[in-house]
Amino acid sequence: MFGPIGSRVRKFIAESFMYRDGLKTLDDQESLLEKGLIDSTGVLELVFFLEKTFNVKVGDDEVLPENLDSVRKICEFVQRKQQPQSQVCVA
Amino acid sequence: MCGISGYFGPTPSGLPAGQVLDRMVNAIIHRGPDEQGMYFDQGGGLAHARLSIIDLSSGQQPMSNEDGTIWVCFNGEIFNYVELNEQLVKWGHRFRTRCDTETILHTYEEKGDECLDDFNGDFAFAIWDKPKKRLMLARDRMGVRPVYYTFVGQTLLFASEMKALLAVPGVKAEIDPLALEQVFTFWFPLPPRTTFKGICELPPAHVLIAENGTISVKPTWRLTYRDRHDTSLVDEAQATDQLRELLIDATRIRLRADVPVGAYLSGGLDSSVITALIRNFTHSPLRTFSVTFEGSEFDESQYQQQLVTALNTDHSSILCSRQDIGQMFPQVIAHTERPILRTAPAPMYRLAQLVRENNFKVVLTGEGADEILAGYDIFKEAKIRRFWARQATSARRPRLLRHLYPYLQNLRGQPQPYLEAFFRAGLNDPDSPFFSHLPRWGMTSRLKQLFSDDLRDQIGNYDPLEELRGQLPADYLRWHPLSQAQFLEAGYLLPGYILSSQGDRVAMAHAVEGRFPFLDHRVVEFANQLPPRLKLRGLTEKYILRQAMRPYLPESIIQRTKQPYRAPDAECFFGTDAPDYVADTLSERAVRQAGLFDAPAVAKLVEKCRAGSAMGFRDNMALVGVLSVQLLHSQVVRHGAAVAPQSIVALA
Repeated sequence: MFGPIGSRVRKFIAESFMYRDGLKTLDDQESLLEKGLIDSTGVLELVFFLEKTFNVKVGDDEVLPENLDSVRKICEFVQRKQQPQSQVCVA
Repeated sequence: MCGISGYFGPTPSGLPAGQVLDRMVNAIIHRGPDEQGMYFDQGGGLAHARLSIIDLSSGQQPMSNEDGTIWVCFNGEIFNYVELNEQLVKWGHRFRTRCDTETILHTYEEKGDECLDDFNGDFAFAIWDKPKKRLMLARDRMGVRPVYYTFVGQTLLFASEMKALLAVPGVKAEIDPLALEQVFTFWFPLPPRTTFKGICELPPAHVLIAENGTISVKPTWRLTYRDRHDTSLVDEAQATDQLRELLIDATRIRLRADVPVGAYLSGGLDSSVITALIRNFTHSPLRTFSVTFEGSEFDESQYQQQLVTALNTDHSSILCSRQDIGQMFPQVIAHTERPILRTAPAPMYRLAQLVRENNFKVVLTGEGADEILAGYDIFKEAKIRRFWARQATSARRPRLLRHLYPYLQNLRGQPQPYLEAFFRAGLNDPDSPFFSHLPRWGMTSRLKQLFSDDLRDQIGNYDPLEELRGQLPADYLRWHPLSQAQFLEAGYLLPGYILSSQGDRVAMAHAVEGRFPFLDHRVVEFANQLPPRLKLRGLTEKYILRQAMRPYLPESIIQRTKQPYRAPDAECFFGTDAPDYVADTLSERAVRQAGLFDAPAVAKLVEKCRAGSAMGFRDNMALVGVLSVQLLHSQVVRHGAAVAPQSIVALA
């Protein structure tokens, strides 16, 4: 799901935050905070990655669990940022 | 200050006694380069490496009483030996030396095991009571000086450092999986457990007695705190004066030495207090030492200079670069003999070297103030979290978290929801005995993702928090939450990391003895009975200490918020000037060979660090933790512990 955006986000999370438990253990809907994958410095790494990879600008007020706390939320957030006029894509 | 070692029972491994003792003492000769001595008879043996500090000409050890029936082998200092000797002379004891070693002998003759109650000091010693065929092994109250023991057949072996035990044939070096589980939760192994299977640490304030074929280990003193329901009034002005008087005396008796005594000056409140006490209340010349760093996140030299000017000290400092830390790290690990998750012991190792280069053997430091007077941010953090837990839906209360850790650049820029998510750990369980430490331990525990399947299997369902819970004193829950958190710091992290990996082991690597006035047991007992509001007032840490020392220090130092001593971590091991051993030690081959971590996961971590994108605490701690375990495996398990720490670099 979420095509190339999804696969790049999943790959980044696996490589940056998962050390060893593979992607197969991560559901797209799961809370990254509750799973202990992303902590407060981790989210800054994530934002840096999103800005660099998808050429989007993430405002301070957008760094919220509502936008970034699961693979699905991240992908939807990126899609919204890339196509501000389009409708929110549903998985 | 010295190194001790010895055995009780038959000569181990069938070797001649002299050879066994020689091997042991040579493994720790860095602790006592001035002279070495040994004593043995049919019941056991003692060996000693001496760093001469008091009575330079006649304090040789092992030392016996006049008729040669009681022998002692001693590392450390009995600071109140002058007062004890006066009393002992009145009781008819005659002294051959001016050494505190002899004080131990005569006090033991007079009082037996109760002698420990009389000693105000930092010590680990062994007393061999020949007529009773009895060995007594004792350790100071706060765990300043170390002593470890193990068994080979019917023989008990003991020493200041584990490398002396591992030098005896028959003692195997095998990393204990449960010790790793503990280190990657608490930062230290829970004593008596150590890095190596079968080797025990005598816990602080404990005594081991070996006699009649049995071994017993029992406590001799313990940390205890004011009951939370104790409403008795404490006069603040009077308590402030009492604390200052106690600290003056604790400092005064710690300046007793026949060699010059220096002081560490970090620039923070605690070392400034000690330096000011020496300047204002003693006649001792003031020679100070400090370490400086590149970059404002770690460096405190501006504050150090303020103190040097204000107190007019003769000062030396050493710049410790990332490259220095990277280069020194294998030697540091050879001395700590336990994994570490931060590089902070490395600059302390370099600082001790600077002290030694200046021909000083003894330094006073401010260590212990944060534990006994509530200086660490974890105490404020727990207070805010507890306040928040009362109204967990409050949006305003968690904003107080912003007041925490102002010195951490990474944390300052963090979005509030994420900050809250981290500190929310354990918020729904305010009655947990570990409430204060759950976020920290939770974060550290995430590093266990790196453990190999094999290591996980060996650890099984073992729960380190359960083991710690079982060690808590019966009255723990009657203490104020601040006191409970202080106990976890002063009773565990202090001896398990601060005084050992960052203290005794890296200072004694250069034969430098640290002395800590804040850890005088009279100061500790006094502070523990103070109401919490005199220690943490609102969010002002060490309140009573600031009040007590206000007349003697510049206001900028008095008002300064705690900046814990920290050093750069993962970045020390990568980049164009990375030390050669790092790639080998963290290679897939080396990681697989040790079998403790998951090789692909470590490769991922290393790659992230190499790319310079390891920003968070977790990655930094993971890298330093994995590297230190791999180094221990390489130095001790693979190559054998008999290797002198000085030659460690070549092994990695």
